[in-house]
Amino acid sequence: MTTEIRSTTWVNTDHPAPAQKPPVTEVGVIGWLRANLFSSVGNTILTLVTAVALYFIVTGLVRWVSGAFWQPVWENRKLFAVGLYPIAQMWQPAAVLLMVSALFGLSAGRWGSIMRNLGVGLAALLLLFAIIPIGAQAQLVMAAGLGLLLIGYIAGARVPIASRWLALAWVLSMPATFILLAGGLNLPALGVRWQFVPFVEVNLWGGLMLTMLLAVVGIALSFPIGVLLALGRRSKLPVIKWFCVGYIELIRGVPLITLLFMGMTMLPLFLPSGWGNPSLLVRAMTAITLFSAAYLAENVRGGLQAIPKGQYEAADALGLSAFDSLRFIILPQALTKVIPAIVGQFIGLFKDTSLASLVGLLELVAVGKAVIQQPEWLGTPGGIAREVYVFIAVVFFVFSYGMSFASRKLESKLGFGKRQ
Amino acid sequence: MAGHAEDTDIIIVRNVNKWYGDFHALKNVSLTVKRKEVVVIIGPSGSGKSTFIRTINRLEEHQSGEIIVDGIPLTHDVRNIEAIRMETGMVFQQFNLFPHLTVLQNITLAPIHVRKMKKKDAEERAMQLLERVGIPEQAHKYPGQLSGGQQQRVAIARALAMQPKIMLFDEPTSALDPEMIREVLEVMEELAESGMTMVVVTHEMGFAKGVADRIVFMDGGEIVEIGTPEHFFTDPQHDRTKLFLQQILK
Ligand SMILES: Nc1ncnc2c1ncn2[C@@H]1O[C@H](COP(=O)(O)OP(=O)(O)OP(=O)(O)O)[C@@H](O)[C@H]1O
Ligand SMILES: [Mg+2]
Repeated sequence: MTTEIRSTTWVNTDHPAPAQKPPVTEVGVIGWLRANLFSSVGNTILTLVTAVALYFIVTGLVRWVSGAFWQPVWENRKLFAVGLYPIAQMWQPAAVLLMVSALFGLSAGRWGSIMRNLGVGLAALLLLFAIIPIGAQAQLVMAAGLGLLLIGYIAGARVPIASRWLALAWVLSMPATFILLAGGLNLPALGVRWQFVPFVEVNLWGGLMLTMLLAVVGIALSFPIGVLLALGRRSKLPVIKWFCVGYIELIRGVPLITLLFMGMTMLPLFLPSGWGNPSLLVRAMTAITLFSAAYLAENVRGGLQAIPKGQYEAADALGLSAFDSLRFIILPQALTKVIPAIVGQFIGLFKDTSLASLVGLLELVAVGKAVIQQPEWLGTPGGIAREVYVFIAVVFFVFSYGMSFASRKLESKLGFGKRQ
Repeated sequence: MAGHAEDTDIIIVRNVNKWYGDFHALKNVSLTVKRKEVVVIIGPSGSGKSTFIRTINRLEEHQSGEIIVDGIPLTHDVRNIEAIRMETGMVFQQFNLFPHLTVLQNITLAPIHVRKMKKKDAEERAMQLLERVGIPEQAHKYPGQLSGGQQQRVAIARALAMQPKIMLFDEPTSALDPEMIREVLEVMEELAESGMTMVVVTHEMGFAKGVADRIVFMDGGEIVEIGTPEHFFTDPQHDRTKLFLQQILK
């Protein structure tokens, strides 16, 4: 209906009108190219410059990668994976891998969304290493892990496992991992010494396995501590408030490496006597956790500040207790708001675990250094440092990117059905 | 006499004073509200209307005077405060729905965790309430996906889900477009008819005229005049009341 609006009164008799499709302006490959790459002279120049730069970077990389000397990395694959962990007891890390795969499968099936994305990522890695001839036994473990992941996925999707049991399983998987890897439980402080196989001393643990342990423990422990610190910082009780502020500012004022060294030399001073001498690993984990918690607290505080007063009031008016209001209303919103910051910080923590190499832990970077020093490769023209560090960088990148990807998924999932 | 009064009077406010810093926001305010009564509070901006109804469920703390809700004295005792909050539902100008929860979760949260209702029962009740406020089809949406009027009706359902004896409304339609004001007022009218005790701060004179049992006019932190709608709209006494009504009814 055409609009005749010159008359003083006019009624649109067609209202309500049916909605129509938006007009199609640019179609096909040409249309896309024109719209995205060559929409103006400036953009055309930018596109061409970028294309040339990309050409040189990619061809250079391909030439280097194909000509590079990958033998040291390949032959030391076991060292990169688990460090000096005894060959005869490799079934223990394998069991951990299988446990984690099964848990990922169950969670992906039960919870879907990000867990499914992470599960797919893990499945791809397992498949990759089941195919690459890294060794018959290791490949078999990878394949079994893949199988468990799939079975777990199906089971998780079919059987309505209570979320809280699955969460509990994840929590328990942490101590289980340590017991499995150590071959028992050795806690002199509590007088516990129990083993089901010969103990594997923690100084033999290493490689990617150790990097992962440092990162996962750091993340899992610093998260609750950080949240408590953030809440404590807003406490009305001066003692709690000032303790938290003091802690956060003190920790944020020193580099992680100094904390690591202090952990090595000073941690026993703060422990009750009789707790003996914590292992290098425990000391490094403590330092990383305490460090990360301070930064996390500041991130969480930012989220808490962004919650409008009305949310507290609505919770109060409904009669929710302070704890329930925090648990159901305030924290979920505050944490959602700062997911990118928190994940960014966890990625930082993951990469910072490499500093543990400086205090004597044989994590990924330390293994790299050791491999470079191996006598076999001393005669190699140009050395092998490039290959080793590129390999390590790729490993770090794969997991960091996985975390970053999961964070974006989580953000959009928790958009609470926002209107576009 | 007191014993008898406690039976019919569900809210008793005696000589309440409240300061924000040095600012005297409530000056010797006294008011009793009977069971099933609808009291509308009117007054110019900044006169202390919000402050007053927010002291009733302790969203604001008063410094002197006495407040008794359904026989429970409002003291510093957290148990008393929580007991009073369980008896009183509150609806805010800005809705204050929980954006990270669906409509259904918004309504069932407090019944499940405060009243300890079973999830299934709470959900059943929530659906009945959504039916009552006219939006059962929105149960699984998030607040951000609803119009203002729908959000406010969810907020009313959320407050009602706790089965309160008293409902407090602080300008429930002031943030709404004219088309949506009507739908919220209708819900409130229905609620008043059902016998709910209500204290309503509003500028909707039509609602005050039609639904209120009594109107309270506040100015400068004080109650200036109390009367029936008839009294207010035909025979206001205080000059300040007359001036206010003239301006608002123009
Ligand atoms: N948190 C606060 N701190 C300081 N002063 C406040 C605070 N809240 C309210 N006041 C002051 O107390 C007085 C009463 O405020 P109140 O919000 O109760 O008014 P009101 O009658 O509800 O007004 P409106 O119609 O604008 O909502 C105002 O002068 C206001 O500036
Ligand atoms: Mg107000």
